[in-house]
Amino acid sequence: MPNMQTDKTVMKEQAPEIRRTNWLEVACGYTSDEAVNEAQRCLHCRNMPCVNGCPVRVKIPDFIAHVAKGDFEGAYAVIRETNALPAVCGRVCPQESQCESKCVRGIKGESVAIGRLERFCADYCADKRPEPVRAEPKGKRVAVVGSGPSGLTCAADLAKRGYDVTVFEALHTAGGVLVYGIPEFRLPKSIVSDEVKELEKLGVKIMTDVVVGRTETVDELFENGYEAVFIGSGAGLPRFMGIPGEDGNGVYSANEFLTRINLMKAYRYDYATPIKHHRRVAVVGGGNVAMDAARCAARLGAEKVYIVYRRGENELPARREEVHHAKEEGIEFRLLTNPTKINTDENGNVCSVTCISMELGEPDASGRRRPVEIPGSEHDIDVDAVIIAVGTVPNPLIRMTTSGLDTNRHGCIVTAEDGVTTTKEGVYAGGDAVTGAATVILAMGAGREAAEKIDGYLSAK
Amino acid sequence: MFLVKENTVLNPNTVRMTVEAPMIARKAKPGQFVIIRGDEKGERIPLTISGYDAAGGTVTVIYQTVGASTLKLAEIPAGGYLCDIVGPLGRASELDGIKKAAVVGGGLGCAIAYPQAKYLHEHGASVDIIAGFRNKDIIILEDEMRAACENLVLLTDDGSNGHKGLVTDGLKALIDAGAKYDVVIVIGPPIMMKFVCRLTKEYGIKTVVSMNPIMIDGTGMCGGCRVSVGGEMKFACVDGPDFDGHLVDFDELMKRNRMYRDEEQHDCNLFREAKEREHNA
Ligand SMILES: Cc1cc2nc3c(=O)[nH]c(=O)nc-3n(C[C@H](O)[C@H](O)[C@H](O)COP(=O)(O)OP(=O)(O)OC[C@H]3O[C@@H](n4cnc5c(N)ncnc54)[C@H](O)[C@@H]3O)c2cc1C
Ligand SMILES: Cc1cc2nc3c(=O)[nH]c(=O)nc-3n(C[C@H](O)[C@H](O)[C@H](O)COP(=O)(O)OP(=O)(O)OC[C@H]3O[C@@H](n4cnc5c(N)ncnc54)[C@H](O)[C@@H]3O)c2cc1C
Ligand code: SF4
Ligand code: FES
Repeated sequence: MPNMQTDKTVMKEQAPEIRRTNWLEVACGYTSDEAVNEAQRCLHCRNMPCVNGCPVRVKIPDFIAHVAKGDFEGAYAVIRETNALPAVCGRVCPQESQCESKCVRGIKGESVAIGRLERFCADYCADKRPEPVRAEPKGKRVAVVGSGPSGLTCAADLAKRGYDVTVFEALHTAGGVLVYGIPEFRLPKSIVSDEVKELEKLGVKIMTDVVVGRTETVDELFENGYEAVFIGSGAGLPRFMGIPGEDGNGVYSANEFLTRINLMKAYRYDYATPIKHHRRVAVVGGGNVAMDAARCAARLGAEKVYIVYRRGENELPARREEVHHAKEEGIEFRLLTNPTKINTDENGNVCSVTCISMELGEPDASGRRRPVEIPGSEHDIDVDAVIIAVGTVPNPLIRMTTSGLDTNRHGCIVTAEDGVTTTKEGVYAGGDAVTGAATVILAMGAGREAAEKIDGYLSAK
Repeated sequence: MFLVKENTVLNPNTVRMTVEAPMIARKAKPGQFVIIRGDEKGERIPLTISGYDAAGGTVTVIYQTVGASTLKLAEIPAGGYLCDIVGPLGRASELDGIKKAAVVGGGLGCAIAYPQAKYLHEHGASVDIIAGFRNKDIIILEDEMRAACENLVLLTDDGSNGHKGLVTDGLKALIDAGAKYDVVIVIGPPIMMKFVCRLTKEYGIKTVVSMNPIMIDGTGMCGGCRVSVGGEMKFACVDGPDFDGHLVDFDELMKRNRMYRDEEQHDCNLFREAKEREHNA
């Protein structure tokens, strides 16, 4: 008889007033008992709607059945069959719009906490992983550009099939957005480095400090004996708004702000990279990136942090949980508000931001109601920093230096129907580099699909 | 980890470092730079490639010890290691087709301008170098520069060696004496680049400057290095660092480069204090 408790088993969290002063993980994870209790809520539906909601099709009821019996290692093994980074996905996937949105238990209550269970299994098994078995070498080399979730997944799958894989990463640490973008309090960096170590155990070589397009071009990779290339270089080029005052001191792209904090650990005094401790901060945008930047600014000690977003509460693209956490931490939401000008003092430092109020008009091409300015509603918000989180686009370096690789007008790599085959022979691409900024799990799905295609291509060659 | 082959003090605050980095050495071109991270807790700092040896697999940088990171870099002995060096970054300077050029360097800027002068000289262009230093004790690369041009004008602010005066005076004198430059390449402190550009604009001579904003990644992902060029926002690490000097906003560059001054002073003093304590112990 399943456990018919209507709500999810509660997961402990650090209290808002405490976590606002530290960088430790907010969500503490389930205990074994809590995990078993939650797992018993699953109905083991025969048609498995939850699996259809998962982009990499984790065998959800299967692994949950193992958890319900207390066999956590067995559960982890099931997850790992289709998901290379469960500890990451369990933490950052928008389950509310994926697997959990399809869960039958969600009709009359809360869905099964699939993400929390996935995370529990991965954490439980963190130090109990079996030595991976290395595949019979095929004697063929494949290069992977970028070590974000798409690149790591593609590399893992290819290594399991016996290819000799080298990952080239521009930064000094592997992980992509997982290390430079998503903060420690949502995704501890030790988890990412553990996953990278697993990959190395499979025989994947990771070369950091190599910028493809500068240190070596894609064409040169082929000349140097790589027979196929996967491009998972993400969409890391920040967009600015093009409003006056963006050159002021105290104006950052969210990427710069988050990179200083997460990759360079500027919040720690024993690291050399500087960061300003601002008093009042406006973060422009409403996605996960904006929430992360705002919550980081709060942890750096800002008295007041605003989210300035031109649409309304229902249109916020960030995960519900992140919005909720941000509000609990005292972040103030100025919705239906858009900056028009950043004002600076005589030293060039930001002193305020001029905003205009908006109202929602007719739906636009994206189906969302278009925000329209309300004339005469300009007002100033007193801040000493403005962090711009209005989106990113793919970096032009690879498209500028690779012959025969088509990109669209947004700078995204053009692919065939399958989503991963590019216009250049032997070159496959996936993740944000193809789709523009999206999600971790979609990037991983693309990495897996590309590995499959590369295997097919090289086997036929 | 990257092997440091030499780290030689050229004058009290200038050091030349050669690092084993074959992939970078193979690709480097004049005008490009590297980003270096000395140790695990270090920051990423941009330094121009002042020399490269593809066959030997090494790249050379010349840097001024101005703050905590560069002071620490200077402490690495030959045979020691750097945590990271990545490059070559930025666009290479566009030097093909130039027949007569004036290369203007200010202080440490001479080290950055030298590879361009050398390249032009080796490719048959006629090159004048105008090099300015505060005083004779900090002159660097004099012999190398002399060998890379027809005409070296060495100036010092106080006249302690060479002519007394500023690089703008040296350049103006050459132009007034009839030199017809296709291009003026100027590298040095922003204030000096600004005044050289003001001068060449009067004469209508194309002028290329190398911008040195604060950088983090150096690959185009943060926008920390943004500069205004002809009213448009550019990222110096990917679109530059070379830009048309008549279009850039130097005042904005200077203002943005002062941004972390308080934090840097703090770090730097902590480092110096620790060194002194060590010394006194
Ligand atoms: C702050 C922030 C928070 C987010 N929160 C979430 C979340 O909660 N849930 C979620 O699902 N998604 C989230 N996302 C989105 C998610 O992180 C991305 O969709 C995902 O990381 C894309 O993976 P990727 O492998 O395509 O690229 P990336 O993770 O961007 O990795 C690309 C890698 O390639 C490297 N690279 C780029 N160019 C080159 C080159 N020329 N040579 C060598 N290396 C190169 C980069 O340095 C980087 O390491 C967030 C994104 C950000 C920025
Ligand atoms: C493309 C590029 C190429 C460069 N090439 C060279 C080079 O070949 N040799 C060399 O000595 N320096 C070069 N620089 C400048 C060098 O990066 C800085 O001197 C160095 O980062 C200072 O680090 P620090 O920690 O020792 O000093 P900090 O403590 O960081 O700063 C000391 C002082 O330098 C200023 N400063 C910090 N970063 C920069 C910067 N990027 N540009 C200008 N001023 C800065 C600070 O505002 C402060 O006043 C270059 C910069 C760029 C962007
Ligand atoms: S839909 Fe929900 S209840 Fe049904 S199998 Fe999936 S997780 Fe279990
Ligand atoms: S240094 Fe980050 S974009 Fe140029």
